[in-house]
Amino acid sequence: MEERKTLIEVRNLKKHFNVGRGLTLKAVDGISFTIKEGETLGLVGESGCGKSTAGRTIIGLYDLTDGEIIFDGMDVSRLSKQEKRQFTRSAQMIFQDPYASLNPRMTVTDIIGEGIDIHGLYKGEERQKRIYNLLELVGLRREHANRYPHEFSGGQRQRIGIARALAVEPKFIVCDEPISALDVSIQAQVVNLLEDLQDEFGLTYLFIAHDLSMVKHISDRIAVMYLGAIVELAESNELYEKPLHPYTQALLSAVPIPDPAVEKGRKRIMLEGDVPSPINPPPGCKFQGRCKMAQDICRQKTPELVEVTEGHFVACHLVK
Amino acid sequence: MDNILLDVRDLTVSFDTYAGEVQAVRGTTFHVKKGETLAIVGESGCGKSVTAQTIMQLIPMPPGRIKKGNIFFEGKDLAKFTDKQMEAVRGKDISMIFQDPMTSLNPTMKVGKQIMEGLIKHQKMNKAEAKERAIEMLRLVGMPTPEKRFEQYPHEFSGGMRQRAMIAIALACNPKLLIADEPTTALDVTIQAQIMELMQDLQKKLNTSIILITHDLGVVAKVADRIAVMYAGVIIESGTADEIFHNPQHPYTWGLLKSVPRLDLGQKERLVPIDGTPPDLFAPPKGCPFAARCEYAMKICKEIHPEKTNLNSSHYVHCWLQHSYAPNVKNPITGEGR
Repeated sequence: MEERKTLIEVRNLKKHFNVGRGLTLKAVDGISFTIKEGETLGLVGESGCGKSTAGRTIIGLYDLTDGEIIFDGMDVSRLSKQEKRQFTRSAQMIFQDPYASLNPRMTVTDIIGEGIDIHGLYKGEERQKRIYNLLELVGLRREHANRYPHEFSGGQRQRIGIARALAVEPKFIVCDEPISALDVSIQAQVVNLLEDLQDEFGLTYLFIAHDLSMVKHISDRIAVMYLGAIVELAESNELYEKPLHPYTQALLSAVPIPDPAVEKGRKRIMLEGDVPSPINPPPGCKFQGRCKMAQDICRQKTPELVEVTEGHFVACHLVK
Repeated sequence: MDNILLDVRDLTVSFDTYAGEVQAVRGTTFHVKKGETLAIVGESGCGKSVTAQTIMQLIPMPPGRIKKGNIFFEGKDLAKFTDKQMEAVRGKDISMIFQDPMTSLNPTMKVGKQIMEGLIKHQKMNKAEAKERAIEMLRLVGMPTPEKRFEQYPHEFSGGMRQRAMIAIALACNPKLLIADEPTTALDVTIQAQIMELMQDLQKKLNTSIILITHDLGVVAKVADRIAVMYAGVIIESGTADEIFHNPQHPYTWGLLKSVPRLDLGQKERLVPIDGTPPDLFAPPKGCPFAARCEYAMKICKEIHPEKTNLNSSHYVHCWLQHSYAPNVKNPITGEGR
């Protein structure tokens, strides 16, 4: 795994939104990570922590405020028109809501074929053949090609979304909560499909989700976000076994385990209050307001994300 | 058996739509004892929310209608209650918490006033008394500065705060039964943990019975005393939490348990999904509703709905595999045969 080359590198990425009256919403406030080829990086955190904004900024749906995104050796924010086209083909996205992310007035063929046409990959009969292949690849049937999105269930729609992303033969896919809108028994179908496709095509995933059990299942490494910053990043088993940041510890302890015998013996680390507003956040550690161990230094200085043991990064003044 | 608070028998609810009759609930039978938590587990469209809303008579009729069955609450059949009679039950003896705290609170009304409404109506309190009690309720559900929150509108609350406010409204009149329909689905895990803990605390203090409707097996494992697993409008298996998690007997229950990854297990096992999708309730299958997705399905499963098999006094299952003529199948959860 060590020899794999880095496909994407995010350096101090910031995405701020101007919300009027001179206020700035710092949705993503300086995050850095790398993803290797064929790897899955999980990005977890609670709603409003900036994980989706991060994904959308990386894929180019938002213009970044500051920082760099290096994809396959190219700086994504400084691409020529030609290179931009190449990038949008290499990097694709699967969205959370399979109802809102498919155009209801287009047939499945049109939806999947759109990317193929834009990039001029296949024409005529070959194009149709390619679409049939893609449908079969994601577990749908040829007959589905001329139907409209409303004729499908949630799980099937998510498969269409996956086929659309795969149509342009990408290297990298941002999966933004791809399963949270689906039923439990269907979630496993889609996750298995994503894993199979990764094995077959060597895809690289950024898997954004709030379901920590599922993220742990699918990811090689996991980054935990809180209020626009990464507070901890480690190999997934390591993160679950030895969480170092107080927020990661609380987050993991809050996830219920589907086994009453295990649940009865578990102690929860309760967090008081809610996530503060990302508009003009206070200086220092983002978590200090809810952290039971917070000290003076936490209120004054923002902790850097440092490597504590090999491959295990944490941003906390109290972790040595 | 006089500690049974709610006794639902053969409840059958249909909706008449332009496309035909949707048989949302097709004969469910269950009971809730005093002070216990019953979890109804199932996927979207299995009829769990319709069951809950029928108990509260919140189903618009028409298009909905109770085709048959009884809902005995303390011996009286709610299914036969008029709107007027129901008004005296709703919010007083039975209350409900909804999934989406954003849309189930009135946005044009101060939160305090929304809590006071039920108190004034049911407990015949005057305004001053109701206000005092409302603030007490806000404090009880862990709201900091309840006096200030009393005067605020729902939009000034965060998601977790709104759900707390809903719980305060629901519990203000000390109901005997609380129906919580996916109470934490819209919330983050850390807030979910807060809310579930709060509900358990209050249950202990007030001895309320709870029907918890959810699809999250983790939440169920934490709080449920008993579990009913619903599929396509019928309960296919029911038992204590321990029986359902450690000795499940229905292939659908096996499938549910095998399809969720567990945070506490290290190894990366491939998930075992349940293939296919639930049946269409416009024309539910005549046999076992799960037969089309069941890897153990036999000929008879597609023909006749299996009768109830009582495994002991608390655990029952509807499955042909229990029949003495059925092949011996290895239980993938316990690893044992029948």
